[in-house]
Amino acid sequence: MKDNVTPDKTSAREVDLSRFRSIIAKYSDTTLSELVPVLQSLQDSYGYLPMEVLEELSASTGIPLSKIYGVVTFYAQFHLEPRGKHIVKLCSGTACHIKGAPDIEKRIADILQVEEGQTTQDYKFTYKAVACIGACFLAPVMMIDDRYYGKLTEEKTENILKNY
Amino acid sequence: MDKLETCDDLERLRKSLVSEESKEKIRILICTTGCRALGAEEVYRTFQAEIENQSLADKVEIIDTGCQGLCTRAPVLTIEPMGVFYGRVTENDVHEIISRTVLKGEVIERLCYTQEGKRIPYIKDIDFYRKQKKLVLRNCGSINPKNINDYIKRNGYAAISKALSGMSAEDVIHEVVSSGLRGRGGAGFPTGKKWELAKNAKGDVKYVICNGDEGDPGAFMDRAVLEGDPHSVIEGMLICAYAIGSGKGIIYVREEYPIAVEHLNIAVDNARSLGLLGENILGSGFCFDIEVKMGAGAFVCGEETALIASIEGRRGMPCPRPPYPSTSGLWGKPTNINNVETLANIPVIIFEGADSYRSIGTETSKGTKIFALAGNVNNTGLVEVPMGTSLREIVFDIGGGIPKRKQFKAAQMGGPSGGCVPEKYLDTPIDYESVKEIGAIMGSGGLIIMDDSTSMVEIARYFMEFCQNESCGKCTPCRVGTQRMLEILTRILAGEGKKEDLSLLSELAEVTRNSSLCGLGQTSANPVISTLYYFQNEYEELIAEKV
Repeated sequence: MKDNVTPDKTSAREVDLSRFRSIIAKYSDTTLSELVPVLQSLQDSYGYLPMEVLEELSASTGIPLSKIYGVVTFYAQFHLEPRGKHIVKLCSGTACHIKGAPDIEKRIADILQVEEGQTTQDYKFTYKAVACIGACFLAPVMMIDDRYYGKLTEEKTENILKNY
Repeated sequence: MDKLETCDDLERLRKSLVSEESKEKIRILICTTGCRALGAEEVYRTFQAEIENQSLADKVEIIDTGCQGLCTRAPVLTIEPMGVFYGRVTENDVHEIISRTVLKGEVIERLCYTQEGKRIPYIKDIDFYRKQKKLVLRNCGSINPKNINDYIKRNGYAAISKALSGMSAEDVIHEVVSSGLRGRGGAGFPTGKKWELAKNAKGDVKYVICNGDEGDPGAFMDRAVLEGDPHSVIEGMLICAYAIGSGKGIIYVREEYPIAVEHLNIAVDNARSLGLLGENILGSGFCFDIEVKMGAGAFVCGEETALIASIEGRRGMPCPRPPYPSTSGLWGKPTNINNVETLANIPVIIFEGADSYRSIGTETSKGTKIFALAGNVNNTGLVEVPMGTSLREIVFDIGGGIPKRKQFKAAQMGGPSGGCVPEKYLDTPIDYESVKEIGAIMGSGGLIIMDDSTSMVEIARYFMEFCQNESCGKCTPCRVGTQRMLEILTRILAGEGKKEDLSLLSELAEVTRNSSLCGLGQTSANPVISTLYYFQNEYEELIAEKV
């Protein structure tokens, strides 16, 4: 993992801990109750949750690393690996499923040359299938970062991805 | 914004907002939430530019709203006061809409909704809208959710004001009890009763939690309410807090809903700066504030006890009940948890009174229910109907039937905890009890329509895959049961099914249902049980085919 390259081309070995310190300073009360929001902020900043950052978090808050790791691995939102510049989330809700999401899924994997859950070699895209994103009326639908793309066809999907 | 010091201040503000509103102004209401996916924001910006270019700001106003319901025509807009409804609007249509419809009152046929081959320009004539009853969605799609004044103008915060100025906590609870409102999150527990338990629980600190962790595949009503009318949820929480004696509220919302998070944060900030949240609300001495927390992506967190664990910063795993959250919830304190749609009902009940609310619905289920209508149906979108409406009315009258001249096969109700309802129950009036009898549940209201090309075994496999992924793993029946059922379903679909598989599936389903710790596990087998019951022939055909 440590040999991977983060999106901003900083080696994971040289995780910039000053960013960590400025984020952690915003939380007056870094007890367990703030753990999820702190992790969300850290991930927003780093793009993922580097192990060095988690170790530092444990050391500065006194929350055991095992507990932090347990929370990080429980929720779908958190990632321990660097991710791409753009996150492609294909909805796999029921409406999308019956309206052809499985075909779109294969197509995206084909275009990006990655499996679901993986990041492209150039760190441009991370591709995930996610549970319902609540836009069933647009099925099949995907989100790239915070933007929705609805009523997808294989061709439309390809054009959208090309424009990134 | 000046703080509102008394209930009279609020009423004065409302009156001045109503009188300031220019009656002559034409308002173009465009959905910029769900419709964003099909370019609504670009259309909105083009309207803004066009209004400025033509110096029409005195005559015309463009307002960005939440969901207007008929999502299938996205991006949609309504032009008031004429009540013209347009769909599939693009940037290129903007100039023509302004010059023809807004300035001359002409209708542009190609943008109108089609009903039985005819173009229907006015919203009041569209069956999709005519046959609904909008109570919870009363503001959704017709106000700007980012502007608290829009909500106040439509009697927003008048219900909490009514409660604070003339009702005791007992009165409020009595009103909610007699309204007959039941939890819209799925199980249908009487809301007033839940509040009563929290009120009677001992403790000086109590919490009100809004469960906005709607994660059922196929449900989007909570998202639409949070995005389109966040203040109605905040007002519902205020009334609940007043009734049970709580000073702190938390809205737990999915991080997958960025627009909902954005609108909620704006709404909470605005309510706070007007003094509708915080200390001494409207001079009554009542104090209550709200914090918005983002979930981190786990379906099981819809379960009350798991949600509490998640807010406490732990893995979101459920705990056995009792103790119920109403006596020992967040940080061990009495906690009342309601779902988004439930809370959005509250201001209506308090403002209009329980009697008027009770008059809608069936004997056991009062009020309305919002359904997220999707799948193989012409009018996908958000539908609010009185309890007791039949599936046929929802699917055919409101939903416009099945596309491509295909046949209705089943309606999947209630997400992974629900079941598939076959054609013969199309005329059953839908309420909490009747859906249970036919093997589904109300759930949060996801309603996926399937046509005759859908494989019901594949649907069962799909839901099982979802539940198996989302099982938290704490209890064995759920962790292992879903795994084994998924294996069998996958095998049958791969053409390697055996005759004994069906009885094995039933057995596994029963054990998982009867012995899992929480609702996720207990109901995970429902799609399997209902498809096995109503569509056994499809399983048998798949098993026979391989021979």
